[in-house]
Amino acid sequence: MNRILEYSHVTKQFGSLCALQDVSLTVEPGHIVGLLGPNGSGKTTLLKIASGLLVPTSGTVSICGLPVGPESKSRISYLPDKNYLSDWMKVSQIIDLFHDFYLNFDRNKAYEMLQRLDISPKQKLKTLSKGTREKVQLILVMSRNADLYLLDEPIGGVDPAARDYILQTILTNYNEQGSILISTHLISDVEQVLDQVIFLKNGVITLQSSVDDIRAQYEKSVDELFREVFQC
Amino acid sequence: MSWHFDNGRPIYTQLLERVRFLIISGQYPPGSKLPSVRDLASEASVNPNTMQRALAELERSRLICSHRTTGRFVTEDEEMIHEMKESMGREKILTFFHEMKQMGYDRDQTTALIEKILKEKTI
Repeated sequence: MNRILEYSHVTKQFGSLCALQDVSLTVEPGHIVGLLGPNGSGKTTLLKIASGLLVPTSGTVSICGLPVGPESKSRISYLPDKNYLSDWMKVSQIIDLFHDFYLNFDRNKAYEMLQRLDISPKQKLKTLSKGTREKVQLILVMSRNADLYLLDEPIGGVDPAARDYILQTILTNYNEQGSILISTHLISDVEQVLDQVIFLKNGVITLQSSVDDIRAQYEKSVDELFREVFQC
Repeated sequence: MSWHFDNGRPIYTQLLERVRFLIISGQYPPGSKLPSVRDLASEASVNPNTMQRALAELERSRLICSHRTTGRFVTEDEEMIHEMKESMGREKILTFFHEMKQMGYDRDQTTALIEKILKEKTI
């Protein structure tokens, strides 16, 4: 089976700090994978390496068999953990920008989702609340027909009702050959949409398993297992 | 989210039970067509692969069958549905008696209580 995403012995060091240590993982087509770990465990670093924002100290990453580069970037839709859109722009202008920028951007999809979430395209970004801004970013990312979606904390600041809609959106909108790698703390909210989970602890993968295997083996939900494994 | 899941049990098992319940209770009548995997998954807010697995399991038990191009259908074998219904009913009642026993009711006391309630109310 061809892999959408493959990390092979990836290590990333920031000076003396080892953010990721010998990480190897694969994501199969059509799978939704949850990247779970406490703060500072390396989730964002891991996603940034696949999106090409960071270069690993050692090891390799490939996307659909390609090395990280301009071509792999066109296949990835990445939601960063930061707000990177210009404040002065209107939602509609950002949609135009994305449409110009990405060949696989589906403008109609974006407008449809905006409407469902009751966001006016005429509003300027700086007038939107934090949660609404996050929704706009997620809409932009999910409106691309990509092979791989990398979502860094996509629902953190979003209210529970919209969270449900967003998860539905993720479920119904990702293309069936594509995959999603999603990092989050809100495990109980996303647990049932995931195929697989990866536990990351201090830059090391400590567990990689399917949600139902975890439930069968530990007789616990992934959320409960997480709380146990990462107990403070 | 309309479907609720217990912690500590695989999600696909719970999906399987839920779909089986919908069949036994007649909400998906014998011979009727089931919604697509994607629609069912979306209704339950679960991963389509998990729903697929649950339906595959039900197919193995012959409660549903798939026709290659037209989708999945509930079995037309009403006897089979009836048997499954009875076995589920049986299980519920055994669990009930077990719990009553733990509470300190023996068999006769339990049935006496049932009859008493039946007389008081029309259920």
